Amino acid sequence: MTTTTKRPVEVLELDRVTIRFAGDSGDGMQLTGTQFTRTAAVFGNDISTLPDFPAEIRAPAGSLPGVSGFQLSFSSSDIHTPGDQPDVLVAMNPAALKSNLGDLPPGGALIVNEDAFTPANLTKVGYTANPLLDGSLSSWNLFAIPIGVLNARALEGLGLTSKQVDLTKNFFALGLMFWLYERSMEPTLKWIDDKFGKRPVIAESNKRALKAGYAFGETTEMFHTTYRVPAAHLPAGTYRNITGNEATALGLVVAGQKAGRDLFYGSYPITPASEILHQLSTYKNYGVKTFQAEDEIAAIGSAIGASYGGALGMTGTSGPGIALKSEAMNLAVMVELPLIVIDVQRAGPSTGMPTKTEQADLLQVLYGRNGDSPIVVVAPATPSECFDVAFEAVRLALKYMTPVVYLSDAFLATGAEPWRLPDVDSLPDISVANRTEPEGFYPYSRDPVTLARPWAVPGTPGLEHRIGGLEKADVLGNVSYDPDNHHLMQTLRAAKVAGIANDIPDLEVFGPEQGDLLILGWGSTYGSIRSAVERLQADGRAVAHAHLRHLNPFPRNTGAVLAGYRRVLVPELNLGQLLLLVRARYLVDAVGYDRVRGKPFRIAEIVAEAERLLAEH
Amino acid sequence: MTEPVSSAAVPEGPPLSPENAAVLVQLTRKDFVSDQEVRWCPGCGDYSILAQTQKLMPDFGFPKENIVFISGIGCSGRLPYYMNTYGFHSIHGRAPTIATGLKAARPDLMVWVITGDGDALSIGGNHILHSMRRNVDIKVVMFNNRIYGLTKGQASPTSEFGKVTKSTPAGTIDQPISPLSVALAAEASFIARSVDTHTEHLQGTLNRVGWHRGSAFVEVLQNCNIFNDGAYREFTDREVREDRMLVLENGKPMVFGKDRDQGIRLSGHQPEVVRIGQDGIREADLLVHDETDPLIAFMLSRIFWPEFPVPVGVIRDVRRPTHDELMTAQTDAALAQRGVGDIRRLLTGGETWSVE
Repeated sequence: MTTTTKRPVEVLELDRVTIRFAGDSGDGMQLTGTQFTRTAAVFGNDISTLPDFPAEIRAPAGSLPGVSGFQLSFSSSDIHTPGDQPDVLVAMNPAALKSNLGDLPPGGALIVNEDAFTPANLTKVGYTANPLLDGSLSSWNLFAIPIGVLNARALEGLGLTSKQVDLTKNFFALGLMFWLYERSMEPTLKWIDDKFGKRPVIAESNKRALKAGYAFGETTEMFHTTYRVPAAHLPAGTYRNITGNEATALGLVVAGQKAGRDLFYGSYPITPASEILHQLSTYKNYGVKTFQAEDEIAAIGSAIGASYGGALGMTGTSGPGIALKSEAMNLAVMVELPLIVIDVQRAGPSTGMPTKTEQADLLQVLYGRNGDSPIVVVAPATPSECFDVAFEAVRLALKYMTPVVYLSDAFLATGAEPWRLPDVDSLPDISVANRTEPEGFYPYSRDPVTLARPWAVPGTPGLEHRIGGLEKADVLGNVSYDPDNHHLMQTLRAAKVAGIANDIPDLEVFGPEQGDLLILGWGSTYGSIRSAVERLQADGRAVAHAHLRHLNPFPRNTGAVLAGYRRVLVPELNLGQLLLLVRARYLVDAVGYDRVRGKPFRIAEIVAEAERLLAEH
Repeated sequence: MTEPVSSAAVPEGPPLSPENAAVLVQLTRKDFVSDQEVRWCPGCGDYSILAQTQKLMPDFGFPKENIVFISGIGCSGRLPYYMNTYGFHSIHGRAPTIATGLKAARPDLMVWVITGDGDALSIGGNHILHSMRRNVDIKVVMFNNRIYGLTKGQASPTSEFGKVTKSTPAGTIDQPISPLSVALAAEASFIARSVDTHTEHLQGTLNRVGWHRGSAFVEVLQNCNIFNDGAYREFTDREVREDRMLVLENGKPMVFGKDRDQGIRLSGHQPEVVRIGQDGIREADLLVHDETDPLIAFMLSRIFWPEFPVPVGVIRDVRRPTHDELMTAQTDAALAQRGVGDIRRLLTGGETWSVE
């Protein structure tokens, strides 16, 4: 390949680009995507990401189940989703091509590692002919590059095994993308030094791979255009890139400090919640204790024990873990101790699809326990909002002496976006006092406003008392089988949780307060719904968006908001759970739009559903 | 910004050890009796365990507000209501989990777990196992009546093979579990056995339990006079018990019998009952109990009436770092290395950028 007659490269400015990296789960696609995301974020783009990986750590190499993907969207304007469809697909092998090509619109750029298109790899995924050669990819803008060979050449002389060389080819692809989108290699080069500083040969090999990919873009005649996505105009402040699980952990730690309480996090490893345990376990100098329990039940049991002792007890899991924790959640309801239960939802039922997103645990956490068992439920809408909602969960748990369920999901947990750091001094003091005064102490007396019972922790002289799962006599707290007392206690527990509606913000409406259509959502569907509503509004439709962060109790004005529109559409990544609740609670003839594909909504499908409803009379 | 503070607004109690007893408080049995009416069946062995527990508590000289009793479900689960300390009657089998979290958050407390053979070894088997391997500093008292009493008489994990109960009219086909072997396999640092009706021995054993730092497990053989009456009569009755039970003393030869003329000797690696004076056997030939020897502990956990006298007393007592000590050490190390965490630094950790 010569460069003597190289044509000048044109630079095209774009508002937004969506790239999907796809390869074998051993190809390092998550790392590649994360590095590109960091670089774009530091440059000042708004970003949104969607990692999509198999549950198998290393499925057979080159197989369809082993394909791991990472989609990221970066933009010069405010974006809410990782993009419906990629503009560019980077496919490292035939399996990645086959499983992702359907999402790439015609005309999209397709960058393929042609070295991996061997007869064996093609056969493995059912290609009878090589798609790079048979013309079947003519609808796309195909760039077939011998990434493996070029990369191996760049690494010659380092004395690496062919396997070690192969492991760096993702950085070749990353380098090429950096060139194509005018991104600096510096943040990644620095990352390589930090990560592999003690293994200089490995560091050198990754750097060479990255630079070789970049240089290839520069010197090849394949690409006639590079693309520039200018920095976004984000509100002033200090930013960092953050995933939902990271933001959740930070929110809990900051809330613990603002409450003046030690934190205790008991958890059992489970996808996609484990990162919260990993992260909190590094915060030992922030008053955080973590405990990897023997099972889900022990995890919540230990958290209840810690709360009983005056710390803030927390546990985190996903849907299958919630099923196991249900009995203990009910114990927390009965003994009225603060407790945070994090459910990072994944596709169910049963083991379901552990790495895929869904929001189908809402009814489980509300009603999946014996007896009437009122529990507070909150749900963040975006990765960075996980910080605020985790803080809110702690505030409510402490103030009302109640378990609070925090419903995140796999998309929020692993998805990333830029986060404007909050001013920690402006966050409220959420501390509550322990009961210390023996005079007039009764374990089940109640605060007249919050209906919270006193937090009387062991070690406090004169407050020795007994609690437990058996029904308690009002005020006195002794075991009671009295029929009227049971009725009273049931209504008190329900009233305590219902009363929280007076202490939470009203449901906000984006768009007209009255109109043809309200789209009501909760959780991680926020981005897709908001983008869809922005499009509909731009088309002149009287459409509004409201998004619930408090699922129990609902904000006080929820019914009034719903009443303002001719139609109410509730899109959910389940088969109609919030829909059931709002129909029952507010007698509103809302309709659902349900998709349970293990993936976030596409903006276009919500727009289409809204258009369909608007067209109905 | 407030510094992270200790979870409780109360001073930490003095560390529990005999050396500190002088600075501790003077209480009596009455201080530990709650105002709740005791509601076990008349004649139940649980009364005796409760009485010994209440009698024993003042010996520790520990403020009663720093003592917590946590139980699961079953007849034993009621005990915390009758102790005028802090108490938590939790859910079936899960008391060790609550105790683990409590002890992690509050190492200053003395935490007892009251459980039964079904609660600890059936539904809560996993938790008891892991609390022991972690050496959580809790004192587990397991009432073993070899039956489910509260649910009115079904087979338990310690019921004898073939036992006829309401749920096993043709006899249970499940092999009983040996609680002491389980405790040993799970690395409990203190293991003992006593009997409800042997009040003096029970009190002495519970005293040892109380002073132990680490995971203590004591099996109390307890009679259920309604659903499994006479469960242990064959070797616990006053007339026969000295001949049929082996009272263990650390560093002493294993001698038993009304006339102190019988003992346990090792023949190869097998224990055997021998008579002192017969065939030239002297006391010096007997096995000497060593509370730190796991092989002796395992042997003792396997022998039982009628082949052998039933060993009672402390089977194992070793000191190793407790779960809360290790946890605190890691926290201290993190503080020494990185200082008290500053949440501003925490939030700006990693890469940040400014937008003007």
